[in-house]
Amino acid sequence: MFRPARRTRLLTVAAVASLISLTTACAGGGDATPADTASSPGGSAAAAAPSGDITVLTWRTDLVTDGTFDKYKAAFEAKYPEVKVSFEGITDYEGEVKTRMNTTDYGDVLAIVNTITPAQMPDFFEPLGDATEMQKTYRFLTPKIFEGKVYGIPVVGNTQGIVYNKKVWAAAGITAVPTTSEEFLKDLKAIKDKDSSVVPLYTNYKDGWPLTQWESHRGEISADPEFASKLGQDDAPWAAGTDHFVIDSLLYDAVNQKLTEADPTTTNWEESKNLIATGKVSAMTLGSWAIAQMQKAATDAGNPATDIGYMPFPHQTDGKFYATVGGDYAQAINVNSKHKEAARAWIDWFNTESGFADAQGGLSPLIDSKAPSTLADFETLGVQYVLQTPAPAGKESLVNDIDKQAEIGLFAPEYRQRLVDSARGASSETKQQIFDDLNAKWAAARATVAAG
Amino acid sequence: MAGIFETTRSGLSRPGPAVPGSPAPEKKKRGGWGWRGTPYVFLAAPLVLLFLFTYYPVLNMFWYSLTSWDGLDKTKEFVGLDNYVSVFTRPDIFKVFFVSLFYLGGSVVQMALALYFATVLSFSTRFKSFFKGIIFFPYMINGVAIALIFVYFFQPGGTLDSLLEQFGGGGLIQQWLGNPDVINVSLAGTSVWRYMGLNFVLFLGAIQSIPGQLYEAAEIDGANRWQQFRFIIAPGIKPIIGLSFILAISGSLAVFEIPFIMTGGANGSETFVIKTVKMAFTHNKVGLASAMAVVLLGIVLIMTWIQRKVVPDEKVNLT
Repeated sequence: MFRPARRTRLLTVAAVASLISLTTACAGGGDATPADTASSPGGSAAAAAPSGDITVLTWRTDLVTDGTFDKYKAAFEAKYPEVKVSFEGITDYEGEVKTRMNTTDYGDVLAIVNTITPAQMPDFFEPLGDATEMQKTYRFLTPKIFEGKVYGIPVVGNTQGIVYNKKVWAAAGITAVPTTSEEFLKDLKAIKDKDSSVVPLYTNYKDGWPLTQWESHRGEISADPEFASKLGQDDAPWAAGTDHFVIDSLLYDAVNQKLTEADPTTTNWEESKNLIATGKVSAMTLGSWAIAQMQKAATDAGNPATDIGYMPFPHQTDGKFYATVGGDYAQAINVNSKHKEAARAWIDWFNTESGFADAQGGLSPLIDSKAPSTLADFETLGVQYVLQTPAPAGKESLVNDIDKQAEIGLFAPEYRQRLVDSARGASSETKQQIFDDLNAKWAAARATVAAG
Repeated sequence: MAGIFETTRSGLSRPGPAVPGSPAPEKKKRGGWGWRGTPYVFLAAPLVLLFLFTYYPVLNMFWYSLTSWDGLDKTKEFVGLDNYVSVFTRPDIFKVFFVSLFYLGGSVVQMALALYFATVLSFSTRFKSFFKGIIFFPYMINGVAIALIFVYFFQPGGTLDSLLEQFGGGGLIQQWLGNPDVINVSLAGTSVWRYMGLNFVLFLGAIQSIPGQLYEAAEIDGANRWQQFRFIIAPGIKPIIGLSFILAISGSLAVFEIPFIMTGGANGSETFVIKTVKMAFTHNKVGLASAMAVVLLGIVLIMTWIQRKVVPDEKVNLT
C-alpha cells in the first residue's frame, strides 16, 4: 500500500543532502582506537587486518545493477582479502531502512536515514571517532555529530544552485549571471519573450521532492553558517527579508508571473532532464549532484555537455555569491554489526580510495581535495561556500523537533506546493497569508517543544 | 516432531485398556491420537497467518495510537488519548473527508453504469464476451500503471485534450489536474474507469444466477426489458447491490492509490488516507497517524452497521 509513497520519498532522499542536525554518543569508548587509526587515509595497514562478511546497504541501486559496485568490491577485497563485501541495493531506501532499523538486521554498513534525529543516532549506529579529530580529515560531518562523536561520513558533498541551459540564456541576450531575485525574474521573462515555447523555470511540482531543493538554499541569503541553529530561536522564520522569505518569494513570484510550466500538476522528473538538455526548459533549482545527470542528458540528446551551466542562488552579500555545502547520505556502522572493524575499513576505503565522489562529480568528503570539474562555473564566479556549524550541545534536535511538531516539513514538498498553488491562483490564499500561517505554526510549535 | 510420531504410533499399537477411561477401541482404529488434533493442525496454518499478519499488526496499531512514537525511537512514550483528541479537534484533519464525497458520487455513477452494462450484456447481445472483456479489463491493470496512463491522459495537450479538439469540444479544454475545482472530478472519473469492471462482474454473476424460465414467463406475459429489469433483475440481485454500496462507501472514505500516484495529494486532492500516510512518514507522527487509521476503521464499521440497519439482508425469493 505504501510502496508508491516510498518510491517518491526515496527519490527525495537520494537527492537531498541531509541537513538534519547532530547527535550524541554515549557509547563506543572501546572503538576509539581502531577508529582513530583507520581514519587517516591509507593508514589501514597499521590496524589488525579486519575480517568477516559485511553487507553494505545502498540507495544507489543503479550502481549495483550496472556493476560499478562490483569493481569497488574487487578493489576493496584485493586490499582486505579477509573481508567479503556484499551489497544490498534498496529502491525505497528511506522507507525500508527506517522500518528495518526497528530490528537488529540492517546491514553492517548503511547510510543514515534522514528521518532520524541526532539524539537517536547512538541507539542505532557505532560512533566512528571524536569530532575534533575526524574533522582534520573530513568535512561535511556536522549533521552527523552528536555530543562530540561522529556517527557517519558522507560519501559525497553537494552544493546548491540553479541548473540552466546556457544556450537558451545566451539566445535571450543574457550575458551575466543574475545577482538579485528581481534580475533573475527579469531574465526568465526575457527568455519567455524570446521564445514563448520555452519554460523559463521548471518546478517539478508533481514529483514534489525537487521542490525541497529550494530549502537547501537557506543560510545563503544571510550568508550565516549559524543559520540552521538560529532557526530554533526564531519565532518568525518567514518574516520579510529572512532567508525563507527571499527563497520562497522567488518561487512564488516566478510562478505568479507565469514563468513556470503551465500545469505544474503534470510535471515529470525524468522528462525534465531531457527538457533542459534540449532547451525546452531554461532552468531548474537543484543541488550540484544534478549537474552530471543533466550533462549526460545533454550528450544523450546530441548536444554538448557544456550547454548545461550552474549558477548560485541569485543573491549577493557584499558583492559575493554564497552557496550552501553539505554532505549527501552518510555511511555509518550498524551498532549490532558483528564485524565492525571490517565495516570501518570499508567506510574508510570508500571515502579515501574508491574515487566515488569524483566519479559522481561531487565534492569529496576529504578536506584536502580539489573541486570537481562540474563546479567550474562556481569557481569562475568566485562563489563562497557556507557550511552550517553544529548546533550547540543539547539543541541538536531542536529544529527537527519544531518542524515535526509544526507539521510544516521544511524538507517535504507540501508547503512549497501550497505556495505554487497560491501563486498560480489555484487557491484563495495570498503569499502573505501563507507566510503568516507558517510563522504562527512555527512559533506555536517552538513554544510547545520548549515547554515539553 | 519425532516425539509426536512416536506417540501416535504407540497409541495405535496399544489398543484398548492401556489408556484407562478412554472410549471404545473402535475409535482408535479410525486414526488414534491424531484424530482429534488433525483438524486443528490444519486450521493452525491459516489462523497463525491471520493472527500474525492481520490481528497482531492491528493490535500494534492500537497501541501505537496511544503513544507519541515517531516510527524509529527505541522508547514509545504513552500519551493516552491525546492523539484521538487531536484527530477530532483539528479541523485540518477532518476537512479532507470532504474530498471523499467526490469519490462517493463517482461510485454511484460507477454502479449505475455497471448495472446498466451487466443488464444489457445478460441478454443476448452481439459480441457479448468481447464487451465483457473490455469492461472488466481496466480492473486487471495495475493501479500504478493506470495512474501513469491517466497523468498523460489529463496533461495539457494530452489525450483528452486532443480528443476534445477532434470532436469540436476545444472550448471545454482546461487543466484537468491543475484546476482545483476540477481535479477531484478527474480523479474520481479515473477511479470509476478502474473499478467499474469489478461491480460489473459482481452484478453480471448475480444476474446470471436468476433462472432463465423467469424471463421466458415474463416475456409470455408481455413484460418489456425495463419491466424485466424492474421486477426480476433488481429484486434478484438486491443483496449484491447492498454489498456494493458498503464497498462503495468504505472505498470512497479510504481512497488512496489513484490520487496518491497521480498528484501526491497536491492541489486539494488529499484524501484521509493520504493525510494519514503523510502524517506517519513525512511528519514522523506514527502515533497520530495510527489514531487516524483507527478512527477511519471505526467510521467504516459504523457506516456498515448503519447500512445493515437501513437495508436488512433478507433472503431473495423470486418465485
